[in-house]
Amino acid sequence: MQIDLRTVAIQPQRQAFDHLVRRFGDKAASRYQEGSYDIQAAENLHYRPTWDPDHQLYDASLTRIVMADWYALKDPRQFYYSTYTLTRARQQETAEANFSFVESRGLADMLSDELRAVALNVLVPLRHAAWGANQNNTTVCGYGYGAIFTQPCMYHAMDNLGIAQYLSRLGLLLGDTEALDAGKKAWLDDASWQPLRRYVEDCLACRDPFELFVAQNLALDGLLYPLVYERIVDQHLSAQGASAVAMLTQFMSDWFDETRKWVDAVIKVAAAESDANRAVLTEWTRQWSARAASAMVPVVELALGSGADEAVGEQLEAFRARVLKTGITL
Amino acid sequence: MSTVFIALQANEETRPIIEAIEIDNPQAIVHRQPAMVKIDAQGRLVIRRATIEEQLGRDFDLQEIHINLISLTGHVVEDDETLTLSWND
Amino acid sequence: MDMKVAKKKLGLKDKYKLMTRDLGWEPSYHSKDELYPYMNYEGIKIHDWDKWEDPFRLTMDAYWKYQAEKERKFYAIIDAHAQNNGHLNLTDARYLSALKIFLQAISPGEYAAHRGFARVGREFPGVGPQVACQMQAIDEIRHAQTQIHAMSNYNRYYNGFHAFADQRDRIWYTSVARSFFDDSMSAGPFEFMIAIGFSFEYVLTNLLFVPFMSGAAYNGDMATVTFGFSAQSDEARHMTLGLEVIKFILEQDPDNLPIVQNWIDKWFWRGFRVLGLVSTMMDYMLPKRVMSWREAWDIYGVENGGALFKDLARYGIKPPRGWDDAEKAIDHMSHQFMLGLYQWSFGTAFHSWIPSDADMDWLAGKYPHTFDKYYRPRWKHIKKLADAGTPFKNYGLARLCQTCQLPSVFTEPDDPTLTCHRETVYKGEKYQFCSDGCQHIFENEPEKYIQAWLPMPQLFQDPINGDLGEWMKWVSLLDGKDNGDYAGSEDQKNFEAWRGLATTNQ
Repeated sequence: MQIDLRTVAIQPQRQAFDHLVRRFGDKAASRYQEGSYDIQAAENLHYRPTWDPDHQLYDASLTRIVMADWYALKDPRQFYYSTYTLTRARQQETAEANFSFVESRGLADMLSDELRAVALNVLVPLRHAAWGANQNNTTVCGYGYGAIFTQPCMYHAMDNLGIAQYLSRLGLLLGDTEALDAGKKAWLDDASWQPLRRYVEDCLACRDPFELFVAQNLALDGLLYPLVYERIVDQHLSAQGASAVAMLTQFMSDWFDETRKWVDAVIKVAAAESDANRAVLTEWTRQWSARAASAMVPVVELALGSGADEAVGEQLEAFRARVLKTGITL
Repeated sequence: MSTVFIALQANEETRPIIEAIEIDNPQAIVHRQPAMVKIDAQGRLVIRRATIEEQLGRDFDLQEIHINLISLTGHVVEDDETLTLSWND
Repeated sequence: MDMKVAKKKLGLKDKYKLMTRDLGWEPSYHSKDELYPYMNYEGIKIHDWDKWEDPFRLTMDAYWKYQAEKERKFYAIIDAHAQNNGHLNLTDARYLSALKIFLQAISPGEYAAHRGFARVGREFPGVGPQVACQMQAIDEIRHAQTQIHAMSNYNRYYNGFHAFADQRDRIWYTSVARSFFDDSMSAGPFEFMIAIGFSFEYVLTNLLFVPFMSGAAYNGDMATVTFGFSAQSDEARHMTLGLEVIKFILEQDPDNLPIVQNWIDKWFWRGFRVLGLVSTMMDYMLPKRVMSWREAWDIYGVENGGALFKDLARYGIKPPRGWDDAEKAIDHMSHQFMLGLYQWSFGTAFHSWIPSDADMDWLAGKYPHTFDKYYRPRWKHIKKLADAGTPFKNYGLARLCQTCQLPSVFTEPDDPTLTCHRETVYKGEKYQFCSDGCQHIFENEPEKYIQAWLPMPQLFQDPINGDLGEWMKWVSLLDGKDNGDYAGSEDQKNFEAWRGLATTNQ
């Protein structure tokens, strides 16, 4: 017997799970809410970590930031796995189309030696910086507190890996495996890259998840992405006829525009929580952004030469204005 | 020799994949269970891109198999042309 | 000058290498020990991380592409399921008990695995294993979310789902699963990988996801089949990672063998206990059954597990220490669990019930040496009490095993008439166990297991102070709705009434 179940009108017994009703009232919950709020175990944890017996398995005191409710740190994009993955799948389609357009039209071969060298010198070593960013966001996801804060960090980490891979493909397309070898050598040995590599390694040594979030996602990326992808690629290189490179880095530009809104939202809520938080965030942001700015100068010099100081200075101004909106005065 | 297996969701997309596995692995035994197809083979099972493409009539990337894969056992060796499952014994 | 560079044609393996491990570098501003501080304390020796063989070589673009396709399919099906009252397609609503257990105990485990893999995805100083672990970390949050989303619609119509987040941390039986994941996460990174990546994923999850999910399909639950199979497609990658991890560790240094063997022994038994409830889900909770727990064990335990350990014998690995005891328990455990669940059903946020005569005949056919001899008489007795209006309830506190946290409902491996009970004294305190396996695990790491949060003593502390009603409030259990016998429950009445609406013109 075929039953037409759609014709049955029955009354639901309840709208949502209890913990969501307590937070948001007695109404249907969104999938973001269902997949994010209170899904980390919070009470009666069984054993202390053998690798860190002074803390609990999930421990809010691993950071100096204090939140009454860590679930206040909402992601404005409301990414849960599905919306995240579908968004990136669409973007990767565009990136794929861009790569194949550049490749099939032979646009990479039309670049002048000089512009090709600038693109390779600036972009290829950044694949290592992106790998550092991946590990840092993985740390925040692993050791941060509350699923609403840690979840997007995992997505961010995988994005960092994706970016490292797009940069690797760019290197292969413009300069084959030799370009990747040269980029790695520069990252390890060239004076231009050492301040940045040191910055990334210092981040890897940082174990306060929120400080790491500030150092990597706010301070470093907040300067690096606009400087490299807007100023150097989209403006400097494109103006000289190398817009093919901009096609290959479109993913990074779009990604930065999207993700900075999330980073800002997290900082803003954490800073508004208390004066103590604001003071800590200000201290971190000041220290790390000053270091990030000076680490970026020699990198930007590779493309802009003597214009680097000015470019970084302007970007630092823009950064100050950005963080001011989140409640942090530098 | 131990058995390796691969289990795929039973749907239109996997039909040509399963046909290709049967062609390339005549010793394999195909079990059809609710919503899934489980294919057992003694010692070794090979999935070939070229055979799937013949069944499918279009290009196929072996990694597409992940979409409908349920489970497998054995050591996995993966390259552009083949995906092989095997035990060393 | 002709700038056309003849591009090297890179195969999948070489290309993947450039896209992953070539991204790493030797740090020089900090020591490796400082950046990867947890690599040595477990005693595992790794000499060359480059020997790591990548399991499945998915770059992020391919990952996004294929996972997005899986997600589209999944949500299309559960949307349709919700819109079309798909829950009324179930063979019977008692089946939902299995899903309630799943949501309260297993889905939180998926989340814990997400966090655990993020940690090891950071702590290994090799890009290959880091990337593989990170991919598993993001997959695991997918599983937690798809499960919550699939069961959200059931929560709108049925009891027992609504408080899963509270019950995860407070109700007694979820402590079994949570202590398992807490145990793995509080261990070092290598042990975590052997615990979850190898023992749980490789040796045991097929038992959970493959035959049970096929059973869900058989019982009309397309929402669950979809999350089950969709999750398991990621598990295929995770299992391959688990196998690669163990090969890699064993190939790196012969001194690793005894450490790894000890972990395999431990985690096989921990996993066998935690997944034991699946036996009851399969034998009792599926109204229509695809195969018995015994049959599933023969395929996914004996045949696959056997093949695996035969393969690993070349490294000197032996089958796990508890393997024989597990085999002896297979024909008993689903019955012992269900009898336990029934007598404590006042304290569970799911229903249990007395199997019908037809069900008992099926069980007798599947368990010819045990069911009629040991378990049918007990069910008959319980049925007599229920028919007389004095249903059997055990308000005594269950004695929980200090290690696995299950009540002692199991029998001696060689004597099914005798309840198995072990105890040990450590620092003047007495600790109880359900089995040799659990006692052995405790005695290897007593300082860890004495920390276990035991839900029963909690009953006598604030705010409960021994009051059952207060306890129910504290665990968000609605008495008379979420708990007790399925027969006469709201779930049963509603399901039958709604089905009636669908099949008649009333």
